Amino acid sequence: MDTLVAQLQRQFRDYTISLSPGFFGFLDDQFTELKKLQDECSPDFVAEVVSLFFEDCEKLIGNMARALDQTGNVDFSLVGSSVHQLKGSSSSVGAKRVKGLCVTFKECCDSQNFEGCVRCLQQVDIEYKSLKAKLQDLFNLEQQIVQAGGRIPQVDI
Amino acid sequence: MTKEIADEVPSLAESKLTALVVDDNFVNQTMHHKLLDRLGIENDVVCNGQEAVDVHCSGRNYDLILMDMEMPILNGIQATKRLREMGIESKIAGVTTRANEGDKKEFMEAGLNDFQEKPLTISKLLSILHRLDFYVQI
Repeated sequence: MDTLVAQLQRQFRDYTISLSPGFFGFLDDQFTELKKLQDECSPDFVAEVVSLFFEDCEKLIGNMARALDQTGNVDFSLVGSSVHQLKGSSSSVGAKRVKGLCVTFKECCDSQNFEGCVRCLQQVDIEYKSLKAKLQDLFNLEQQIVQAGGRIPQVDI
Repeated sequence: MTKEIADEVPSLAESKLTALVVDDNFVNQTMHHKLLDRLGIENDVVCNGQEAVDVHCSGRNYDLILMDMEMPILNGIQATKRLREMGIESKIAGVTTRANEGDKKEFMEAGLNDFQEKPLTISKLLSILHRLDFYVQI
C-alpha cells in the first residue's frame, strides 16, 4: 500500500502534467525554466514570481477595463500597450493560455474592434483567475508533501 | 534545486562580469535579475531607457546590458542610440517579445550587439554570452 508521501507525490505529478500543453494547456515549458531558477538561496522564487505576475494581471486588466470604458473615445493603443505588457509577463512565467489570449486581444486592438476587445478582456480575466487557483492547488500539494516528510518530485512541463 | 541542475549551469562569477537589466515589467525584471544571478553575474535593474542613460551618466559601467524594446519615457531603441552617442561601448543585447523583422532591424541598427526573443531562459542567456565572447562552452 502506498505511503501518504507516495500518494501525494503521485497526485503532484498528475496535477502538474494536467496543466501542461498536452492536457489542459495552462502552462508551457517556460514554467519549467522558472522552476530551474529556484534554489536554496531563493526557495520561494517560483511562488514570488507567480505572485508578481498575478498582481501584474490585476493592474493591467484594470488599465484595460478603464480604457475600454471610455465609450466612443477608446484609446486602442493604450489598451494594446497593456496587452503587450501582459503578453510579456505571461510569456515569462509560462502562462500559455493567458499569452495565447493576448495575441488575439492585440489583433483586436490593432483593428480597433471594440466588441472583440471587450470579449478578450473578459476571457483574460477568467483565464488568469483559473490559473491562479490551479497554481495555488499545486503549491498546496507541494506543502503537503514537505510536511509529510517527502521530496517534491521534479516534473517537467 | 537538484544537484543535476546545479551541475548543468556554469558559473561565471570568476570572470566578474557585470550587467544591467533594462525592463519596465516587474516580472521580467525579476526573471532576468535571477537568471544573471544564477550565472554568477552581478547585476543592477532599471525600469526604462532613461534610467539606463542616467545610471551611465552617474559613472556606472557594465559589461552587458539586457535592453527591452518597449518601455515608457525612453524606449530601448532610443536608449541604445543615446548610449552609443555617449560613447558607451558595453555589449548591448536587445530582448523583446515583439520580434517582427522590421522591429528587429530597427533595434539592431540602433547599436545592439545581439538580439534575443523573450522569454529569456538560462540557455538563451548563455547563447547571448557566447555570441558576445563572454563565455566559451567547453
